[in-house]
Amino acid sequence: MLIQMEGSEAVAEAVALCRPEVVCAYPITPQTHIVEGVGALVKDGRLENCEFINVESEFAALSVAIGASAAGARTYTATASQGLLFMAEAVYNAAGLGLPIVMTIGNRAIGAPINIWNDHSDSMSMRDAGWIQLYAETNQEALDLHIQAFRLAEELSCPVMVCMDGFILTHAYERLDIPSQQDVDAFLPAFEPVQVLDPDDPYSIGAMVGPEAFTEVRYLANDTQLQALKLIPEIGSVFKEVFGRESGGLIHEYMTGNAETIVVALGSVNGTIKEVIDTMREDGAAIGSVSICSFRPFPLDELQDALKDAKRVVVIEKSLAPGLGGVVASNVRMALRGINLPVYTVIAGLGGRTITMTSLQEVFEAAGEDRLPDLQFLDLDHNAVEHEIVRARRTRRSGPIAENILRQKADGRNP
Amino acid sequence: MAAFIEGKHAQAFPSFGSERMGAPVVSFCRIDDKEIRLREPIMAPDALIIQDTTLLHSIDVFQGLKEDGFIVINSARSFVDLGIADYVAKFPPHHVCHIGATELAMKHVNRAVPNAVLLGAFAAISGQLHMDAVAKAIAEKFPGSVGEANIAAAREAFDMAREA
Amino acid sequence: MTDQTSQPVKFYQTGTHTVGNRLLDDAKRTVQSSMDRSNAITSGHRACQGCGEALGARYALDAAMRATEGQLVAVNATGCLEVFTTPYPETSWQLPWLHSLFGNAPAVATGVAAALRVKGRKDVKVVAQGGDGGTTDIGFGCLSGMFERNDDVLYICYDNEAYMNTGVQRSSATPPAARTATTQAIGDAPGNVFGTGKNLPLIAMAHNIPYVATASVADLHDLEAKVTKAMAISGSRYIHIMVPCPLGWGSASDATISVARLAVESGLFPLFEAENGTLTKVNKIRRLVQVEGYLKMQKRFAHLFAKDGKDQDSIDAIQAMANHNIERFGLIDVDTTS
Repeated sequence: MLIQMEGSEAVAEAVALCRPEVVCAYPITPQTHIVEGVGALVKDGRLENCEFINVESEFAALSVAIGASAAGARTYTATASQGLLFMAEAVYNAAGLGLPIVMTIGNRAIGAPINIWNDHSDSMSMRDAGWIQLYAETNQEALDLHIQAFRLAEELSCPVMVCMDGFILTHAYERLDIPSQQDVDAFLPAFEPVQVLDPDDPYSIGAMVGPEAFTEVRYLANDTQLQALKLIPEIGSVFKEVFGRESGGLIHEYMTGNAETIVVALGSVNGTIKEVIDTMREDGAAIGSVSICSFRPFPLDELQDALKDAKRVVVIEKSLAPGLGGVVASNVRMALRGINLPVYTVIAGLGGRTITMTSLQEVFEAAGEDRLPDLQFLDLDHNAVEHEIVRARRTRRSGPIAENILRQKADGRNP
Repeated sequence: MAAFIEGKHAQAFPSFGSERMGAPVVSFCRIDDKEIRLREPIMAPDALIIQDTTLLHSIDVFQGLKEDGFIVINSARSFVDLGIADYVAKFPPHHVCHIGATELAMKHVNRAVPNAVLLGAFAAISGQLHMDAVAKAIAEKFPGSVGEANIAAAREAFDMAREA
Repeated sequence: MTDQTSQPVKFYQTGTHTVGNRLLDDAKRTVQSSMDRSNAITSGHRACQGCGEALGARYALDAAMRATEGQLVAVNATGCLEVFTTPYPETSWQLPWLHSLFGNAPAVATGVAAALRVKGRKDVKVVAQGGDGGTTDIGFGCLSGMFERNDDVLYICYDNEAYMNTGVQRSSATPPAARTATTQAIGDAPGNVFGTGKNLPLIAMAHNIPYVATASVADLHDLEAKVTKAMAISGSRYIHIMVPCPLGWGSASDATISVARLAVESGLFPLFEAENGTLTKVNKIRRLVQVEGYLKMQKRFAHLFAKDGKDQDSIDAIQAMANHNIERFGLIDVDTTS
């Protein structure tokens, strides 16, 4: 059914269609509307047979989810930013225990400085926790990925994070196709856990594992991800059969045929990138893009196939690995190992900085002439940072950096 | 939502922030016949709806507005009184309108909620939306008497703006 | 096998000091005296000799198993109990058991209870358990959340007054003056500081949950009765059990019960029950002892009795804590002591 709806609300609807049995809620912007939505659906009786639990922290939210999932319930929660970090220990634990929890991340920056706006620092920090990580390009895909996520998680007994850009997607009203309950029921079989706390068949879950077996357990965690590499496209095609549209998969290619420059990115910025590509293609530029949907597992082979014939790759990424550069770019380079191809890292959209078509086009044009440095920050105010670097060098007690930059920006606006 | 009812694609999103009640806020909306992929905030709008005239004196609300764009201002006062007569004179006459939306809302809804009213006026001057679609959208978002009151207010605004 | 009839049977092990004596009346026997007891934590685990926690946990869970006819799930915080019971692939647990993290056992138990409820398994009950570190420190937030929501879980804290699993470091349940690895018996104020304390049973009561109790391995019959009672109640329940740790306390392995008994009889560890936030029952002290005897049994307090002089001030301060408990909880019947 087509409907004009807020992204968060739509995800709540999608989650409800998956008939979760336990949902844990703790507020953090910009994810909050999702759990509010699920809570409302439980309260008004549209989502039956579901325990909606308001907890006291994100750490508790995922911990409750761990208990519920281990006891055989289909379990869901959502978080963002500091919340994901606060539950970090449980994030690793859920994956280590092999519990098929589905969790939405409303992607948001991590402080300090405190910042509620969108980037990918939060989910990137948990990229190696053993969860499958899917990034939605649009709200339709976010909605669809949740339905796929439960099936994926439960088939592999591995938790799945569905990452959607905070505000840009979570708070945007768009035209969305909400599937019918009948179709979702046909697509998503009932949860049959591989392990469950059952007094009639008691066993211990979560025992200590020593050096004699730990490597093997971790090997299997990697193997689960490799299985996901096969299963994600399979589930995507089954999804298409049932619902009639493409969603999910490992990567999406756009105009990559004969492209000399290929842009790689995760999430909603791909929409803007496509608009820029259309504009540049009209002017004869050989440019295309690849949107990575599955960041964990990372589709090394698929990405190599998509990129290997290009002359250069530009990675637009909303996360920064201080001291290294780009997180996604490093992974892309891994996909291109043995292939001599420049991979430019463009850090963009940090803490909600607007990524405009104009700026992207400038960067892509510079890349087309190989005029880009290895690492660039899109729309960086060079004067502001240079000024602060000099000032901090001159004065020992130079004060808090964030506040200094803000003051500079304010002074710049009202000189 | 009204555009969606007419079969168009629409994308609406707020300026994301931690604003408290009463702070100036911006929201954006794109309407298109095809899927909207662009995610950047709108910097050169085709149309501008100003809900509070106090903003006219605090920030450049008209920044980026296209020359043949549309302006709807929530005010019963004339453009001359508002001090923007010279500015709006540059636009095609039927592209600009001021309307006492808060007063209309008070009359019909008994609350200072000018949003739906302004949407009625915008539909009238822009020709982008039919009043029936606007009414349907309001009814969907606010079922019951609240919606009905808002629709009545929007209809009055629609008629006023069209006549103006 | 010796001929039982030719052996004189000593009946001194009767009354409230007894440990599951089968010669008592049925009603007075402990769960452990039953031939078909569940052995929730079966033998062969790796606990130290004289471990109070192993004893307390076995009696608590056996009682809970009997009360629920075996329909029980246990959740465990990280700690000694978790480590010594599951040297995988061996496990002592004869019931479904889940260990997640150090600080989240109450929340995990909430999740298990929610799943059981949604699946219509009203017959299956949930017990969560942790040490004092996992309960009074790192798991405190989750525990308070569980209480506030009144989730259907019995949480049991096995309190041995320090982080024993990691090598005897101070917790917020460590008593004043006690030596631990992080409160060394050196300097002007040896051992742990004299703080204001953190009485978790009272904090639990402040949540107005249906049932709160304290228990001790010194009185296993009382412990079992409290667990049994707790299992018959829905909602959040909390039992705080004192379990001496021979390693951490520096007490003799065969003195676990006696040192626990002195903690009770000195008034340092009052035994009581509370329902819905109100104190309902107190175990009276039968033979009042001074704290000094209790402290002397433990090397962690040895510096109070140093050869070059007793630290009478500290001993008096600890005695004052015991006296305060006696007064606060009415641990002595005024009639019998006057």
